[in-house]
Amino acid sequence: MNKYLKAALGGVAALATSVALTTAAAAEEFKVGIVTFLSGGAAESFGVPAWNGGQLLIKMMNEGALPAPYDQKGFGGLEIAPLVIDEAGGATKQVQEFRNLVQRENVDAVLGYVSSGDCLAVPPVAEELKAFLILYDCGTPRVFEEASYNYVFRTAAHAAMDNISLAKYIQSRGIEVSSFAGVNQDYAWGQDSWADFVASMGHLMPDAEQKTALFPKIFAGQYGTEISAVMRARPALLHSSLWGGDLQAFMLQSTARGIHERMRIALAAGDHVIPQLGQKMPNGIILGARGVNGLAAKARGGELTDLLWDAYIKEYGVFPVQAPFRMWQGLLGLKTAVEKAMAANGGKKPNADELAAAMTGLSWEAPSGTITMALGGGHQAIQPNAIGVTKWDEGSGQMTLDDVEYYDAECVNPPDGVKAVDWIKAGFPGAKC
Amino acid sequence: MDLLLVILIDGLIYGAWLFIVSVGLTLVFGVLGILNLAHGSLYAIGAYAAASAVGLYFTLGGDVFPLGSYAAMILAALLVAVVVAPILERGLLRHFYHRDEVLGVLVTYGVFLILEDVIKLIWGVEPLFVFEPYDLLGTIEAGPLFYVAYDFLVIAAAVVTGILVWYFLNGTNRGKVVLAVIHDREMSQTMGVNVDRVFMLAFGAGVFLAALGGALTAPMISVSPGIGVNVIIVAFAVIIIGGLGSIEGAALGAVMVGIARAASVHLVPELELFIIYFVMAIVLVFRPEGLFVKTQTRKI
Repeated sequence: MNKYLKAALGGVAALATSVALTTAAAAEEFKVGIVTFLSGGAAESFGVPAWNGGQLLIKMMNEGALPAPYDQKGFGGLEIAPLVIDEAGGATKQVQEFRNLVQRENVDAVLGYVSSGDCLAVPPVAEELKAFLILYDCGTPRVFEEASYNYVFRTAAHAAMDNISLAKYIQSRGIEVSSFAGVNQDYAWGQDSWADFVASMGHLMPDAEQKTALFPKIFAGQYGTEISAVMRARPALLHSSLWGGDLQAFMLQSTARGIHERMRIALAAGDHVIPQLGQKMPNGIILGARGVNGLAAKARGGELTDLLWDAYIKEYGVFPVQAPFRMWQGLLGLKTAVEKAMAANGGKKPNADELAAAMTGLSWEAPSGTITMALGGGHQAIQPNAIGVTKWDEGSGQMTLDDVEYYDAECVNPPDGVKAVDWIKAGFPGAKC
Repeated sequence: MDLLLVILIDGLIYGAWLFIVSVGLTLVFGVLGILNLAHGSLYAIGAYAAASAVGLYFTLGGDVFPLGSYAAMILAALLVAVVVAPILERGLLRHFYHRDEVLGVLVTYGVFLILEDVIKLIWGVEPLFVFEPYDLLGTIEAGPLFYVAYDFLVIAAAVVTGILVWYFLNGTNRGKVVLAVIHDREMSQTMGVNVDRVFMLAFGAGVFLAALGGALTAPMISVSPGIGVNVIIVAFAVIIIGGLGSIEGAALGAVMVGIARAASVHLVPELELFIIYFVMAIVLVFRPEGLFVKTQTRKI
């Protein structure tokens, strides 16, 4: 009997030790819920490359493989434990998934959302749950222009700078634009991009005539009629904010008909299709990447940029486009905030309030430049931007970005408290260029 | 005059594509009485299969005879039909022929969801490109614009497809058997027609036509997950305009939608998305069963 009692006591002791060790191990972790598209139309262009970049950076951070100031392992010594969730399924599903992450999985922070619809739907829930949330990708300015939050932050600039920069570049290069037309998707992103571009051109090149503005539905795939309509209108420049498969299909169909030989083409966010299109992306396309991302970041270089660029190519066999860069700046911002909060609370894992206090107004270095939480009361980032022109390099057999112009964050983003659309309409008052 | 010509050409190109992607849907509904929501996935599988086949063709030295890539695309569509159709029809759909039509819709919707994931399991999420067949024939000057000759090849493919399907149904004995099944399934069975076999062949033809639509589209798009979703919506609009189950109706519906959309993009671009459903609504007001379906007396 004693033997059985000993065995039972031994088992209980082992179990208790195991529980204690597990608890200790859990205390050493910082759980991050990462939400991005792993399926659906936005997966291939944004979600999957972002998650690839995220996995790579988290691994490097956990190994302490980054240069200073990011050389501390994990987040302030806490091992980063990511939990990835597919963003597909719509805003209602994402609200439920967010609740699951916070209430069931007990994540310490959530970093996610490519879709502007999700970025508008989830923040009120984060506020209700007092959960720390970083929006890392979506572009709609409405998140912090129409509401304010304590626990919600966006570590990427909103979309206004994309088209402001594009218009500034066209003007600064003396490109002849007597008229311009647009092909943009028929939802908030496309409509807002076109409105921002038209308003910016109205100030910078007031003599340019606005011609046809076409809004095919998202994921249309067939653009023959739109291409005919643009070619008939004969604008000097064609603006587009198409992305993903839509942009790839549009470029395949329009360049086969020689549209790029008849007019200049300006793509607000077109860098991400270069790896797939290769030489099918013609020379001379004016290109933005929603920040100093992808080829523009590589052209400028830097220790952190080069390190992540090379590691990404080695891991995935393709160069990183804009999506991994936004994931990287989000994760590095989170790391900076966690370590700042830990420095203030004596080295403990910070709670949501401590994280929010540390993140408000924070500034940090990322492969895409200096990110500053300057808008929305310190909750919305601004960042520098870059525009260049595509040029195929025969020597390396790769597409490059030529004649790149870099814009300071305060040159192409509105000041705090001013709505982007009002700032553009007022002629960019206070822009520091 | 130039504008009319451009609208006509754009409309015919889009209409031809619409016809190819919708004719299989209307054929399956006409024979099996099932509104196949998985049609878009079959279109997508056709596109993926064609992309793989063309890629393989050029990898194996197809550069010496690039026109052979068109044959590779058609064979890929055929392969999809041979592999997928028996699995779906014999393995699943035949259990629902005598059940409520709504059940067929729900089942094929389930198949659609499964196939979307099967596509990702087989081909992953990275896009495929096979633009060689698209560029192969060069461009054609038509009026004030240049068009890719491949677009006219799609028109030719639609015309040939339409004629073949029409001739098969109306000019051959087997086709007349299919028509008999469409008109009265029970009576055909009592006359000795092997209805199950007709169903299987008709569904196979429907799958082939869906896959052919995808295969012909593959060279002009980025073949990526989700491409079949929108196709099913416009295909439904087309076959509702023409009348469910009518091949002639699908042809006329496709041309009507194609030209109306082209006119809208050129003249009133704000109405582009609305115009397809406006045409459908107008047709349904005057012909609630579609253009080519006679009003039927109800059996009581």
